[in-house]
Amino acid sequence: MQFNKFITYKQFGNQAVLIAWPVKIDEVILADILQFKTKIHIAFQGEIQDLIVGYNSLTLIFKEDIIDFNSIKEKLQQLYHQVTNVTPQENYIWEIPVCYDVTFGIDLKEMSTNLRLSEQEIIHIHSSTLYTVFFIGFLPGFLYLGGLDKRLHFDRKPKPRLNVAKGTVAIGGKQTGIYPQQSAGGWNCIGKTPISFFDINKELPCFAKAGDKIKFTPISKKEFDAISAKVVHRKFKLIKSVIHA
Amino acid sequence: MLKVINPGIYSSVQDQGRFGFAHIGVPVSGCMDQVAANFANCILGNSLKDAVLEFTFGLAKLEFLSPTIICISGAACAPKLNAASVAMNTPISIQEKDVLSFGTVSEGIRTYLAVKNGFQTEIKLASKSQYQHITTSASIQKNDLLYFEAFTKPLTHSNAKLKLDLSRFSQNELPCFEGPEFYLLSKQQKQLLLHTSFTISNDANRMGYRLNKEISNQLTPIVTSSVLPGTVQLTPSGRIIILMKDCQVTGGYPRILQLTKEAIAVLSQKHTNQQISFKSVDFFNSSITY
Repeated sequence: MQFNKFITYKQFGNQAVLIAWPVKIDEVILADILQFKTKIHIAFQGEIQDLIVGYNSLTLIFKEDIIDFNSIKEKLQQLYHQVTNVTPQENYIWEIPVCYDVTFGIDLKEMSTNLRLSEQEIIHIHSSTLYTVFFIGFLPGFLYLGGLDKRLHFDRKPKPRLNVAKGTVAIGGKQTGIYPQQSAGGWNCIGKTPISFFDINKELPCFAKAGDKIKFTPISKKEFDAISAKVVHRKFKLIKSVIHA
Repeated sequence: MLKVINPGIYSSVQDQGRFGFAHIGVPVSGCMDQVAANFANCILGNSLKDAVLEFTFGLAKLEFLSPTIICISGAACAPKLNAASVAMNTPISIQEKDVLSFGTVSEGIRTYLAVKNGFQTEIKLASKSQYQHITTSASIQKNDLLYFEAFTKPLTHSNAKLKLDLSRFSQNELPCFEGPEFYLLSKQQKQLLLHTSFTISNDANRMGYRLNKEISNQLTPIVTSSVLPGTVQLTPSGRIIILMKDCQVTGGYPRILQLTKEAIAVLSQKHTNQQISFKSVDFFNSSITY
């Protein structure tokens, strides 16, 4: 609740309110956004169609057109201050197996030359960081992850590839991410996970949510194939652990 | 049920959209011209939530395998039932084996077909709207069988006297609100944006419409935040993109304007090389001058 003076409220089109925090990518802001989101979810139950989290924003999309923005703004401002004993959402650390074999990590060599790190070092640095899920956007199931080590920052390709395979783990500028489905993309491919980040046939199509954390675990090509087979038959269980606040 | 003999250039099943899944990155989708779709559903006494077919540039051919009542609305496309011309925006009785075909579009580009009680196609994440990787197919394909319940009774709850408003087909002005980053624009940029017209480029589809003219732009990209159907973005190169129903849920370009819901319907009937202009309105729908 420490951002009170810095939060702005704006009407965004017929049906939405954009709540913005200071422009900064920061886990303290994320925690504040998520806490506010939980309170809003309860206070406006039934009135809200969607809640979109961004790095420094929370967008409330109402089911109906907004008639009186000022009264909504006042209600939100009061709500922000309110001390409630709402149980915060439970967040997890997800262990994601990644095969960094050169068959998938097709840009490891180029990165290695340019970053003056061996491929092994790149893999080691990439897989020893705990990444924070800030939000999900761009494509269904695409996680915006924070925490990429500065040593691995590497510009996007000047010309995007037309087909990046589903599950590809990649680096684009200061970010790392996983392609949840085959798509065009300009990020540098360093590996591939057999895990599906968006499965339309599951009750929860995307297991991860804002506030969760991701840990990449290196696996061999052989393990990749074994896990892939289990994933197909829905026999693979992801390892997760609860994050204690 | 009906069988798709020819899906035309781009056709899909759409309803009002897929709500409540933006937090996992799922676009809203839904009818581009919701006004036209609502009209067709209303004429048949359907729920506004009922799924319809959306055709782009006409030219489709469908064979009905069950009787029903239909209504065709949106872009005029010289529809024919078997060999005879039929009217748009009015209920039409359909018998088994009837063939409905569309010619080329003459006004607007998106035509809607509603059947009594709506299409009963697959539901994914609480919506029938087709979208890549969400529904089995992103669009209607040749030989697809699209289900609806046969209907043989006369229409009892018809709203056939509903007033038809076709003014949006000749309207080039898009009413819009200021976007969250509008205030960052210079006076000259605001002038250009709101007092000159723009041409739609050939990159215009259900995801978004790119405009041709460039506005000199020194704004830095924003940190990724929400975008909505109707959000007008200014890219670093100065090109304007108007996001439409299949747009992503987040984006990193400054959001300079936000189309009203009505303006989205107006734009959805426009295509490449047509001119549009933005008209700033406040949240009480009165115009603002800059």
